[in-house]
Amino acid sequence: MTTSPKRLRIAAGQGFWGDWLEAPYRQVTGGPVDFLMMDYLAEVTMSILQKQKSRDPSLGYAKDFVPLMERILPILAERRIRVTCNAGGVNPHGCAQAVAAVARGQGQRGKLRIGVVTGDDLLGRLDGLLTGGHELKNLDTGRPLSDVRDRVLAANAYLGAGPVVQALRGGADIVITGRVTDTGLTLGPLMHAFGWRSDAWDLLAAGTVAGHIIECGAQSSGGNCLVDWERIPDLANVGYPIVDAEPDGTFSITKHPDTGGRISVAGVTEQLVYEMGNPAEYITPDCVADFTSIHLAQAGKDRVRVSGVRGRPATDQLKVSIAYFYGYKAVGTLMYAWPDAYKKAQAADGVLRQRLADLGLEFEALLTEFVGADATHGPLGRAAAPLDDLPEIQLRVGVRSTDRAAVERFTREIAPLILNGPPSVTGFAGGRPKPEEIVAYWPALLDKHMVEPCVEFVDV
Amino acid sequence: MKRGRTVGRSDRNPKRRVQLLALAHARSGDKGDTANVGLIALKPEYYPILVKQVTAARVARHFKGMITGRVERYELPNLHALNFLLHGALDGGGTISLKTDAQGKVFSTALLRLEVDPSR
Repeated sequence: MTTSPKRLRIAAGQGFWGDWLEAPYRQVTGGPVDFLMMDYLAEVTMSILQKQKSRDPSLGYAKDFVPLMERILPILAERRIRVTCNAGGVNPHGCAQAVAAVARGQGQRGKLRIGVVTGDDLLGRLDGLLTGGHELKNLDTGRPLSDVRDRVLAANAYLGAGPVVQALRGGADIVITGRVTDTGLTLGPLMHAFGWRSDAWDLLAAGTVAGHIIECGAQSSGGNCLVDWERIPDLANVGYPIVDAEPDGTFSITKHPDTGGRISVAGVTEQLVYEMGNPAEYITPDCVADFTSIHLAQAGKDRVRVSGVRGRPATDQLKVSIAYFYGYKAVGTLMYAWPDAYKKAQAADGVLRQRLADLGLEFEALLTEFVGADATHGPLGRAAAPLDDLPEIQLRVGVRSTDRAAVERFTREIAPLILNGPPSVTGFAGGRPKPEEIVAYWPALLDKHMVEPCVEFVDV
Repeated sequence: MKRGRTVGRSDRNPKRRVQLLALAHARSGDKGDTANVGLIALKPEYYPILVKQVTAARVARHFKGMITGRVERYELPNLHALNFLLHGALDGGGTISLKTDAQGKVFSTALLRLEVDPSR
């Protein structure tokens, strides 16, 4: 790169794996952007991908990223838009090869460079780390990983923006990573474009805040927005958020013209507090951002200016996300109709519980919810509901156990209630519920120097 | 139920009590078995009311029976917002939880049922 740009526009295309398929296409066609950023990985996603890879070593990445690239590669090339994404899952190289094959098919030979970021996958190194004295204690419970070692399905360190910057510096048009933080996918392009140093803590914190605001896609542009929700226009055509950043670390959140949704201070604030812990210490591999320093201002229609962000030095540890097999669960539902819908559902729950007890079935948890009265707000909802005159109520019962047979047997005890329990019951067309394997999440910390990010390139 | 309805409880200013819904909006999410609720004043002048009346102890009482752990509160005066961490709110959290709201998405509006007195 010869000169630093005066601004950089980063468009969010996916807030999670399964987000709106049209969003990335609209982001690269609806107006000028420099980067398309897409976050695919939730905590549990890695274990699903690890399972897919164990069945077929060429898999283990977000598969629908490939047809998406097939659709937008010509546009990216024409408009010189680059991509950062963590669609690589547990097989970034496999993902890169699949995208390269698509690009070759489109005649882009010699025109496209894919950066591949790995080094986050610790599954094969776990025993070495444990014997080396790294306990990988559960951050919530304090238990050592040895408790569940034999049931671990995936283990990945969260990498930061560093390797993304390295890939972009190496000329990558598309950066495909494994477990890079959501925020690193936005911070990386900013550090690269503006030449931000890796110890410019306020700037890194600003880029991290930018990443946090757009990492959940439309959740900062009018989607899932409570304030004034009925008057947020045209959610059918919601515009996903775009960071419009300047070299000094100030930036605006905006969206393409002629799209639905809304960018407001209130809406951006909702996204800022989403999944927040201690706001003064938003810890990433890159820095510690202080959310109590953020200043927001409406700078025009659908434009919020963000400034004043302060940061502190990064910690010397990385978060590690470990997935392990926990047990089984199943959830069954039945629908009861007026009159006395709630009472009938309560009676049915009583019958079911007695039968489970008579069978001697024991569960780690047995949870009843009355959907229509208390499934969302618990006793607060029940207290406010006209329980005597509800038109209908759904009985929803769930069980959890390490004993698959017990969960299996539970699933056979729901349907009989249709004929041998309280009356006015319906809604069992889906058949009996299926026991589900529970893959649980084990958060831990690891010394940073134990993880070596790796950046390689695939030239099409 | 009307928004910000007035209610006649055994309060000294019964007509002045309103639900937080009239003064604030909110968004919630999860981290393991902890739900967080970000509570945001609809107008800057409402923020001091939130700070004074929506204490961690009150929120813990409000969610009695729904959470097994403690409540922590953080202040964000720059955003006119408070952040609450509700520990033990999600039946184990994430994939373990049997709850409909396993990811704590609607603890936000549950908090907005809390009543405060804006005149105090």
